[in-house]
Amino acid sequence: MDGNRHPLFMPVIFVGGLIFGFGLGFSHMARPEVVLDFLQFDDFGLVFVMFGAAIVSGIAFAVVPRVRDSAPLTGDVYGRRLKSFDRNVLIGGAIFGVGWGLSGICPGAAYASLGIGNVTILWAIVGMFAGAYAQGVWRSQRAPRETASIDAD
Amino acid sequence: MVADLVSLSLTAELFPNGIYRYAVGGLLVGLGAVVIYVGTGIAAGASTFLESTLSYVSKQSRFQRYRSSRDWRIVFTVGIVLGAAVYAVVWQGGTWTTDVQPWRLLVGGILVGIGTRIGKGCTSGHGVCGVGSASRTSIVGVMTFLVVAIGTAQLVQALGVTP
Repeated sequence: MDGNRHPLFMPVIFVGGLIFGFGLGFSHMARPEVVLDFLQFDDFGLVFVMFGAAIVSGIAFAVVPRVRDSAPLTGDVYGRRLKSFDRNVLIGGAIFGVGWGLSGICPGAAYASLGIGNVTILWAIVGMFAGAYAQGVWRSQRAPRETASIDAD
Repeated sequence: MVADLVSLSLTAELFPNGIYRYAVGGLLVGLGAVVIYVGTGIAAGASTFLESTLSYVSKQSRFQRYRSSRDWRIVFTVGIVLGAAVYAVVWQGGTWTTDVQPWRLLVGGILVGIGTRIGKGCTSGHGVCGVGSASRTSIVGVMTFLVVAIGTAQLVQALGVTP
């Protein structure tokens, strides 16, 4: 993955990020109030954001591997995003859920929120880095039994 | 006729802001993930950026494992910020700031930082790419954080915490 990357690798990542971020802005998911309205059952619109995005990506994950074997810019074999299931998925998911329900913010939406000029969101971004750092230090100290799997979340 | 009126008012109640912005926005979020997937084979998520970026300033093994992806994750995140900025300039008509109290954003952010990394993904990794991959782990992950988030948000509301 590193070293001699295709010259179009970074531009494609960037354009994907642009569209992704624009979508988060357009859908209003970059506004904590809108997310909280959804979680408090005042506006169910966010269902369309989550399912709309999952359906679009679902079509790609299903169709692209049948059309091509590997990605043009990396040579990586097209696969699905499959993580192993263990307790951490439930524990981490629950901790994330409390944070999401308290603040109305998740990582991607927080970055996009900065983009729509919401300077106040820096509180959440600083918090996310602090939380990620704390769990990273704690998990690095414990016996590194877990096999490293480098992929995207 | 009566049924039509009932369904109309119910729709208005469930979706006071309509569905256009949500549906279009959701399709675009998915499209952004698809562009990256088709070009590179990567199923991108937003929360790994937190740990991969920390590898620049910390030698902890937990962060160093993401070293190889840290550069493109910064590019991805800058893209997200700028894409939202394009929306703000062209459609939103300037900046928008939240009224949600800073302590909620900070404490919530800390929990989001811990939870997304321990739980192997966030709303985009599990919610968009994982669910799109029909991954059982991701579907369980999404159900977990969605149910807990709904419970938390309702509790916060019941306690009278606003904004």
